[in-house]
Amino acid sequence: MQNLIKNDAVTEDAWHLIRSEDESYGAAEDVILPLAAWLALDPARSGQAAPWLAPDADLSLLLPVLAQLPLIAIDFPAFTDGRGYSLARLLRERYGYQGELRAIGDVQRDQLAYLSQVGFTVFAIRDDRPAQAALDGLRDFSDQYQATVLQPEPLFKRRTSR
Amino acid sequence: MYKYDEVDHRLVRERVEQFRDQTRRYLAGELSEDEFRPLRLMNGLYVQRHAPMLRVAIPYGHLSSTQLRKLSHIARTYDRGYGHFTTRQNIQFNWPALERVPDILAELAEVEMHAIQTSGNCVRNTTTDAFAGVAADEYLDGRAYCEIIRQWSTLHPEFAYLPRKFKIAVSGSADDRAATQVHDIGLHVVKNDAGEVGFKVIVGGGLGRTPLVGKTIREFLPTRHLLTYLDAVLRVYNRFGRRDNKYKARIKILVQAMTPEAFAAKVEDEWAHLKDGPATLRDEDVAHYASFFTDPAYEQLAANPEAFTVPLVSDAAFAKWVARNTRSHKQTGYRSVVLSLKKTGVPPGDITAEQMDAAADWADRFGFGELRVAHEQNLILPDVKESDLYEVWQLARQHGFATPNVGLLTDIICCPGGDFCSLANARSIPVAEAIQQKFDNLDYLFDLGDIDCNFSGCMNACGHHHIGNIGILGVDKNGEEWYQITLGGSQGNHTAIGKVIGPSFAQADVPLAFEKIMNLYVEQRLAGERFIETVRRIGLEPFKERVYAKSH
Repeated sequence: MQNLIKNDAVTEDAWHLIRSEDESYGAAEDVILPLAAWLALDPARSGQAAPWLAPDADLSLLLPVLAQLPLIAIDFPAFTDGRGYSLARLLRERYGYQGELRAIGDVQRDQLAYLSQVGFTVFAIRDDRPAQAALDGLRDFSDQYQATVLQPEPLFKRRTSR
Repeated sequence: MYKYDEVDHRLVRERVEQFRDQTRRYLAGELSEDEFRPLRLMNGLYVQRHAPMLRVAIPYGHLSSTQLRKLSHIARTYDRGYGHFTTRQNIQFNWPALERVPDILAELAEVEMHAIQTSGNCVRNTTTDAFAGVAADEYLDGRAYCEIIRQWSTLHPEFAYLPRKFKIAVSGSADDRAATQVHDIGLHVVKNDAGEVGFKVIVGGGLGRTPLVGKTIREFLPTRHLLTYLDAVLRVYNRFGRRDNKYKARIKILVQAMTPEAFAAKVEDEWAHLKDGPATLRDEDVAHYASFFTDPAYEQLAANPEAFTVPLVSDAAFAKWVARNTRSHKQTGYRSVVLSLKKTGVPPGDITAEQMDAAADWADRFGFGELRVAHEQNLILPDVKESDLYEVWQLARQHGFATPNVGLLTDIICCPGGDFCSLANARSIPVAEAIQQKFDNLDYLFDLGDIDCNFSGCMNACGHHHIGNIGILGVDKNGEEWYQITLGGSQGNHTAIGKVIGPSFAQADVPLAFEKIMNLYVEQRLAGERFIETVRRIGLEPFKERVYAKSH
């Protein structure tokens, strides 16, 4: 996958994003599949597999295997669709998911600061936008008021505990 | 008033720089129109009929004299010498140049102001009673909680891209002056039987195309749980609110579809996981924010000094102004002064740079350097000694601030309408002016008494027409401007949505319809009965008959 931001750098990796259940892929490939396809996957294949979630995904389907998942992707059909932010927080804070959380879809520079605060660790920047320039988006804000995944102590507590 | 610390300053400056870069990328063609729109809206920037419009946040309507002088400077330097106060206690500038907006924001940041989340599908400026902290009928001063909510909602990473805009209002007084029942969330600061402070939580109120009065989903929420509970409500809304149709995307539609009981249960489920989490407020946290809202150094004064009572008797015009444009204060010997921005011939809520400077000077000279913006689009000097009122009135008169019509028919709440707003179906300003001219006899106006008249130029209801005792809605009929009249709406403790009285009126016929309605009221009213009470008692039918009767 191209145009990826991971560990504060532009990078590539071997994961192949499969958008539709009709798309074919090799048995040895590492693939990110639609949730339904991932749930129905042949366990005998040799490549790794991970699900991507639509914004209205039912997280309970993932919970039994959450600890074994190397990667979960959450799709943003439009950057203005904010449901994925809540899904990310639920996975991180309520269900304790520790693996890679990847934002896919309409992911751009101006959303990166917030996406990282709610627990995303990898950002698949939209193909037509340079990931290098988008990197700056991670540095838009040096602090935030709220309790977040990155900073569970809200600012008001850090203020009064000084 | 709240004072920024280093982090507050830094975050606002960082938002200015982020927006500067977004504007640069838009102008360079790196961001499309569609991509820039949500980003600029989240920073209060609309593109209007003639020019961009910048809406600047005035958190819960609190303004220092320094800030007001900065707004006056911005009006002079970047605009055409005036601003417009909105029904959500903010101020709008109608003529800034897009490329200079980042510079305006940088200037605002110097005085602890910004335009963050004054528009867009995110949590908007929190509003409250303009008389919070000084009102004689206040149970509890909610301003510390307003500031806590302001900070929680500012740049909230999870809730920046909600299905639709989200407005929160807080009230701490017997008389709800913050329209809490027509907000996405209304919070009433209350005490329970054990003397513990908390909030009554109302959700799903709103105006617009589907006007609804909010429903109480929790009678008592202890204050320490405020933020975790808000997170729960917002998360349920963010996940399950409709995103397929912008007219069905407000939380009120979700609450209605789920039923208030089911919505409340869903919130409780979510909250069970968040409750007592890191965002739980401790006593010291609340105390920290409350420390910014202590009483100023009031003098111990006797009520009714001669400097006040003598002109009150000798000068009838002053007495009228005191009756309408001042309010009782919790501190003996003080009153709050409402500077009316409803002078006939001036768009309601408009204020010139000169007026801003004058008001800022009075706030320093007669008060403690603070002002308030009321959601009725007037400016308030919260702390004026009774002995200074006569002088303040004379100054206010010189500056066109003393129209003694606060709460009267001509104190019209009004959106900018078709003269400025690209959403509007009809102009509101000339019609408001025609009504003000029709009712320019002060004695008659006083005799009519308390009447909320609210005016919106379109279904978006920025002028809150649904909750006007008499409301006007601009509608488009085959490209022509027509006006629908509603009766029986009210804000406050008895919030009600007004009902349309019948077919809409051409622009020229609106003042006449108003006159017929008022004539009937005067004929029908019982001794001491206010307009809204008469409407409630006799119903709409007699008004309909009168207004639509064929001429004899």
